[in-house]
Amino acid sequence: MKNLEFGLTLTVLGMGGTMIILFLIGLVVDMLNKILQRVGKKAEARG
Amino acid sequence: MIIDGLSSLLIGFGNFQWSHGVMIVVGCALLYLGIKKDMEPLLLVPIGFGAILVNIPMSGLMDEGGLLRHFYEAGVMTEIFPCLIFIGIGAMTDFGPLLENPRILLLGGAGQFGIFLTLLLALALGFTQVEAVAIGIIGACDGPTSIYVTSKYAPHMLGAVSVAAYCYMSLVPIIQPPIMRALTSEEERKIVMKYEKKTVSPTLKVLFPIVVTLVTCLIAPMGTPLMGTLMLGNLLKESGVTDRLVKASQNEIANIVTLLLGISIGATMSGPVFLKTQTLIILGLGLVAISLDTAMGIFLAKIMKVLSGGKVNPLIGAAGISAFPMSARVVQMVGQKANKRNFLLMHAMGANTGGQIGSVLAAAVMLSLLKGMGIA
Repeated sequence: MKNLEFGLTLTVLGMGGTMIILFLIGLVVDMLNKILQRVGKKAEARG
Repeated sequence: MIIDGLSSLLIGFGNFQWSHGVMIVVGCALLYLGIKKDMEPLLLVPIGFGAILVNIPMSGLMDEGGLLRHFYEAGVMTEIFPCLIFIGIGAMTDFGPLLENPRILLLGGAGQFGIFLTLLLALALGFTQVEAVAIGIIGACDGPTSIYVTSKYAPHMLGAVSVAAYCYMSLVPIIQPPIMRALTSEEERKIVMKYEKKTVSPTLKVLFPIVVTLVTCLIAPMGTPLMGTLMLGNLLKESGVTDRLVKASQNEIANIVTLLLGISIGATMSGPVFLKTQTLIILGLGLVAISLDTAMGIFLAKIMKVLSGGKVNPLIGAAGISAFPMSARVVQMVGQKANKRNFLLMHAMGANTGGQIGSVLAAAVMLSLLKGMGIA
């Protein structure tokens, strides 16, 4: 594999992959946050 | 007989080369930075002293069976030291500010652009593919990650890469502010970001390391040793039931490994091996990598500013690197210089912890891509 091809592949897939995975983690954490808040409020309402 | 005995006492001087002398001076300079300037002393002091020890001719410390060679082979070449350090880092890190605003994680990704751009630059300068990977990883601004990747692909460059990584980490307060000022306008630096303390559920704090491990390691399994140990440390801390292990990770384990890692890295800085033009180029490229990380973080924060209708201060993008918590403090300092009512610290802390995850993740993705390309 030539150097340019190697470098560009790593850059595009590496950076793209990193950003996508971070976005996914953010999404999951956001979702968990909302679910846990709702569960907490329900538990509070029950007393 | 007497003359033979006397000559054996002069054997060190007899084998002393100019390169040994230069590296002893470099070792002393690292000691000075650590002791007098308080720059990453826990690492620079053992590295500096290791550099002095290994440049004493005929000491045999890095020869087959030598003391430092044992440490190096047992801890660095096996990648055990960086992973143990990560358990300690995980046990010391509070991801709370990040969990309050998970979208800020993306800044921790943008802060890794420097890795890949520097990799391209290193390839253009004639380094081999694996050497370029090792040089690029300095941009992770993360010592253990740099050591892990370099010891895997280019162990002959370990000394230069790790010295660059740790020195530039400690120089973040000097490197970042001019770049931050050059890339942002006075108006942008003055933007006040409101901070409302949000409660983060303790359950979320426990789930976070498990979620991060599963998501990242399933996609980029080659990074599991790094991400797995970082998140294990954090899980120990957040679980609240492993106090003894947390204390051991934060103190005994982290301290012993830091000492052995530092001295092992110093031991790779033998004059005849270290003093090459290549080393200077690596140090230069490391600086480029960290500068590019800062610049790209600021650019993404500028995009966030536009998308949020001007609510995001672009300075916080500079904290998307792994140098924790220095980078967040630098953001706070530069922000407050522009506007005394500006308190960016907690936002910057979020981006900074995001940078810790981002740097390990970028390395994990890169390792997995390399494995896929058949370079592993």
